[in-house]
Amino acid sequence: MINVLAAAHGAGTNLDPIYGRVAFWILAVLAVGAAITMICVKQAVHCALMLAIVMLSLALMYAMQGAPFLAAVQIIVYTGAVLMLFLFVMMLIGVSSADSLVETIRGQRVWAGIGGAAFLVLLVVGVGHAAIGTAHVPTAANSTGNLTGLATLIFTTYVFPFEATSALLITAALGAMVLAHRERTAPKPTQRDIARRKVSSGQVAPEPPPGVYALHNAVDMPAMLPDGSTTDRSVSRAVSQRDMDLGRDPQRSVASDLAAEERIDAERQIEAAARGRDEQ
Amino acid sequence: MSPAAYVFLAVILFVIGGVGVLIRRNAIVIFMCIELMLNACNLAFVAFARMHGNLDGQVVAFFVMVVAAAEVVVGLAILMAIYRARRSASVDDANLLKY
Repeated sequence: MINVLAAAHGAGTNLDPIYGRVAFWILAVLAVGAAITMICVKQAVHCALMLAIVMLSLALMYAMQGAPFLAAVQIIVYTGAVLMLFLFVMMLIGVSSADSLVETIRGQRVWAGIGGAAFLVLLVVGVGHAAIGTAHVPTAANSTGNLTGLATLIFTTYVFPFEATSALLITAALGAMVLAHRERTAPKPTQRDIARRKVSSGQVAPEPPPGVYALHNAVDMPAMLPDGSTTDRSVSRAVSQRDMDLGRDPQRSVASDLAAEERIDAERQIEAAARGRDEQ
Repeated sequence: MSPAAYVFLAVILFVIGGVGVLIRRNAIVIFMCIELMLNACNLAFVAFARMHGNLDGQVVAFFVMVVAAAEVVVGLAILMAIYRARRSASVDDANLLKY
């Protein structure tokens, strides 16, 4: 890795060709495999992880191609900030929002696949016909190093686009604030309102937490009420949904545990009675 | 590797991202596929910069990153607003303009 970055520093051509070739093939297979997995897996969180793999391998490729600054920015901005933002929003709107596999337009996936293949052929043929030369010897622009060359370009030739991006970023921040802001439609409930609502709802105490009076302390175990019955109000709906997906039934295991306990009690009583008879 | 190999890889990643946008229904996943397409473009820009031996392509890739960051911020905020209103992140549920 140090070789990769050192060779990339200030040079358009990278390290020893054989290393570059091996690294390229490993990273290319990794990136394409992760990208295909990303559009196939159902869970959105798994998609984000696959995207992280793609982005990290692209960062290494930037480093191999004489762009160490972009490699660092790719890791910090994309893998660090953007993907974390994705995961953050995913957690906010619910991880359980798995993609529905029902096609709303009939044959949409097949046609999307055919269209994608056709587009791929078009692009590959087009790129194949274009004259893409070999790596050029770096010119005066990056003779003083990648970072200095980039800074010179950004603050001379591209200074107006650079200023425009500052306006863009401010607009984006404002837009996010406006969109995420929520006006309060009803006045904020006071403590008195909350107390009145609780008393009138018939249940003053909070909901029983899972595992109360239960035989297990797992979070998917329903709480037991004082009369011995279980209540499913104590278990989060996401947890019970997961149990259902995994084919577990905590209610039944509680019931069987209760039955086993009763049986053990009965056996103990019989034993005690037998012992008492022996002593007599 | 020659820049052409990197450009072909960028083409493949771009098409995968485009197919992902077409076949997925979850808006967040669609967003991630768009990010994949932008990343593929960046890879092509960096390869072209290396081919020409100057840094202009890298500067453009840098600007693409800035625009992508801004786009993600606004897009995810819109998504949150839609989720608040419709309790769903599926693009099929946001169909009020259809009627």
